[in-house]
Amino acid sequence: MLHGTTVRSTIPHGELLSIRPAFDTAGFTIVDHRDIPGRNVVALIEDDQPCLAEREIRHAAEPIALMAHPDREKLLDARLDIEYRNRPPQLDPTASTTVFKKLSIEKGDLARGFGQADVVVEGEYRTGHQEQLYIECNGVIAVPEDGGITVYGSLQCPYYVHRALTVLLALPPEKVRVVQTETGGGFGGKEEYPSMIAGHAALLALKARRPVKIVYDRAEDMWATTKRHPSIIRHRTGVTREGRLTAMEIDVLLDGGAYVTLSPVVLSRGAIHATGPYRCENVQIRGRVVMTHSPPNGAFRGFGAPQTQFAAEVHMDRIAEELGLHPVRLREINLLRPGDTTATGQRLGRDCSAADVLREAVRRTDFRRRRRKLAGTDRGLGLALFFHGSGFTGGGELKLASKATLELTEKGVRILVASTEIGQGTRTMHAQIVADALGVPYECVEVADADTGRVPDTGPTVASRTCMIVGKILEDCAREMKSRLGGLSSAEFLARHGPLRITKQYEKPAELAWSDETYRGDAYGAYAWGCDVAEVALDRDTGEVRPTHLTAVIEVGKAIHPTFVAGQIEGGTAQGIGFALLEKVQLKDGAMANSQMTNYAAPTTLDTPPIDAVILEKPYKHGPQGAKGVGEIPIDGPAPAIVNAVRHLGIDIREIPATPEKILESGVRSLKPDGAR
Amino acid sequence: MKFHLNGRAVDVSAHPMKRLLDVLREDCGLTGTKEGCGEGECGACTVLLDGEPVNSCLVPFAQVQRGRVVTIEGLSRARRLQEAFVTEGGAQCGICTPGMILAAAALPRKASLDEIRVGLAGNLCRCTGYEGVYRAIKKAQRKSKKVGQ
Repeated sequence: MLHGTTVRSTIPHGELLSIRPAFDTAGFTIVDHRDIPGRNVVALIEDDQPCLAEREIRHAAEPIALMAHPDREKLLDARLDIEYRNRPPQLDPTASTTVFKKLSIEKGDLARGFGQADVVVEGEYRTGHQEQLYIECNGVIAVPEDGGITVYGSLQCPYYVHRALTVLLALPPEKVRVVQTETGGGFGGKEEYPSMIAGHAALLALKARRPVKIVYDRAEDMWATTKRHPSIIRHRTGVTREGRLTAMEIDVLLDGGAYVTLSPVVLSRGAIHATGPYRCENVQIRGRVVMTHSPPNGAFRGFGAPQTQFAAEVHMDRIAEELGLHPVRLREINLLRPGDTTATGQRLGRDCSAADVLREAVRRTDFRRRRRKLAGTDRGLGLALFFHGSGFTGGGELKLASKATLELTEKGVRILVASTEIGQGTRTMHAQIVADALGVPYECVEVADADTGRVPDTGPTVASRTCMIVGKILEDCAREMKSRLGGLSSAEFLARHGPLRITKQYEKPAELAWSDETYRGDAYGAYAWGCDVAEVALDRDTGEVRPTHLTAVIEVGKAIHPTFVAGQIEGGTAQGIGFALLEKVQLKDGAMANSQMTNYAAPTTLDTPPIDAVILEKPYKHGPQGAKGVGEIPIDGPAPAIVNAVRHLGIDIREIPATPEKILESGVRSLKPDGAR
Repeated sequence: MKFHLNGRAVDVSAHPMKRLLDVLREDCGLTGTKEGCGEGECGACTVLLDGEPVNSCLVPFAQVQRGRVVTIEGLSRARRLQEAFVTEGGAQCGICTPGMILAAAALPRKASLDEIRVGLAGNLCRCTGYEGVYRAIKKAQRKSKKVGQ
């Protein structure tokens, strides 16, 4: 086995003039773009990102060449001399004129809505990059086999990698095999990026005709791979004196980085959630994601919605303040209820639970009384109400057309899906759904490895879809299998009739309709709903804000495995605390300068307060056992709840992370008497 | 070089400046010890050296001469703790889990929640928010009490 490494650009923008090895290359395998047998792209939405730069350099850390050697130490010493012609980089998204995607969501008549308003509240809110920081860095092994390639790796979406490799290597699908190995966390960070590192390892392996392993160290992983999109979001909201929203004008700008990756769909999800879970008849949401000369941003748990709902929920507290209304009251007046329509015109069903989660969170925390009690102290209390669509946005699930298979075994049944276990409990949860639908003990169900040579394309393991969408297909497979078995045990059926496999494809519920052209319709099959309450303590000398308690009430349809669901809520909440207060990506030439765990502060045990995870259930009729998605929603709420708690202290924060420096800069204005707040 | 690994005397030949983490994984074939950061921040590579939790990415092999090293593979006395990590959601993706369990095994037997938080402050988990980890440790403590340990 050879070790592989990636030679990356040290400049953010320019041209490659020459590459020369500065060492004795005997025994090394060296690859550049000329070694690519197929198309030099990382195939995804737009095929704009090269696997290895040819001439143009669009960001620092851009891959230029690859080297492999049996001795890892020798590889560390190997250097290429690279000559560049520098060009000025565009690092400011507000000044960028290269737009990756633009969209507009229109509902009602904005001018009429502002006409009905007594008060107009405006504001601009910003969120920064966030690093996924899975504890296991990106890593793959590529093995040349039978005129093709097999890649084993730490990844979320085997079929994304599979497709990217067929395009890059000009191989037929059957000559490419991708096998997910035990994966030490993903959070979106291993959604699209593994296609890049897998391509690199495959190119080296094919040229060397030997297996090649590439494992990033932490510094490379943080410097070079995708992050959460930074955002700048503007709100202009019309509201009556009583607190009814009459007009919402929202502008969403995301920094996409140097290549498109998943930016268009991150923008879609962000924009659709930009109003927060509120009813308003007159809405205009404009969204755009632009290019800058920084490493491409990509998928991270929440996928645009944490950014836009941070803005929406901080803005709601500012509106409440403006009107002299209690923040709970303002939300009670406007929250979405069954039968109401969202910004895209989606009419919500009986499982719409905004009122339920708010009521439960307020009750459990004794919010009103506690808030009054803390007024004027160095502690603050804030809340955030939020929602999160389960599954791909709009017509995405129909296009994916995911397939899942069940096959009979001597002992029971085997699940064949490309859904990956990355810590969230996929295998257990799928096996539970199948066991329950078949009426057999859990132990009779086994789950095959996510290996494209064996399992059908179940779509990616992303977008809070693995339970609600894939689980549902499996439940349908299991029901059909039960009726085919006709009361026989699996061993009896196999003995009498031979093998039995059932494959089913995603079927769109008949009532769902969506238009990609107008952004009107049912954006998601279902939404999960959440309300977070954060209590924080401020150190007035250092500006440090510490959350002291967090309550997260999340409605998930049905918790198939309550311990895992609580784990998703607790873990997502902790990541949200990091997003709010701690995790600052410092940029140098557009790329991460603090690409070490030493100086990128993710929450430790001492930064994470007690988290009270509360699960509510209102079944969704098309979910397995009524389940919706839970993977992402927990990260939407903590940042606005914490920043609203900081606002309760009298500190006006509109940009996160709210580091101590930012808190001190904002000044601690004297506390207003609590009054109606 | 001679040392005790998981209760057995071993003699391993490796460069004295090689990281203990790499010696364990590559020369001893014990891949339960994980690398998360390589700079002593995340604790994924925690092992016990003479009973104390250390980051094996920061320990040069020379330092373990005649020492006692315990990795997750050799932690037979913490079965209750390991079971509790499973049932209480103390592990999700599992990459921090070996280090987390070794750090937890080195805590005082009746550690309070505050002592647990301080004791695990060098072990980063990105999945659980630590709540499941605390539940697991508390459950293992209760079980130990019941059997009179």
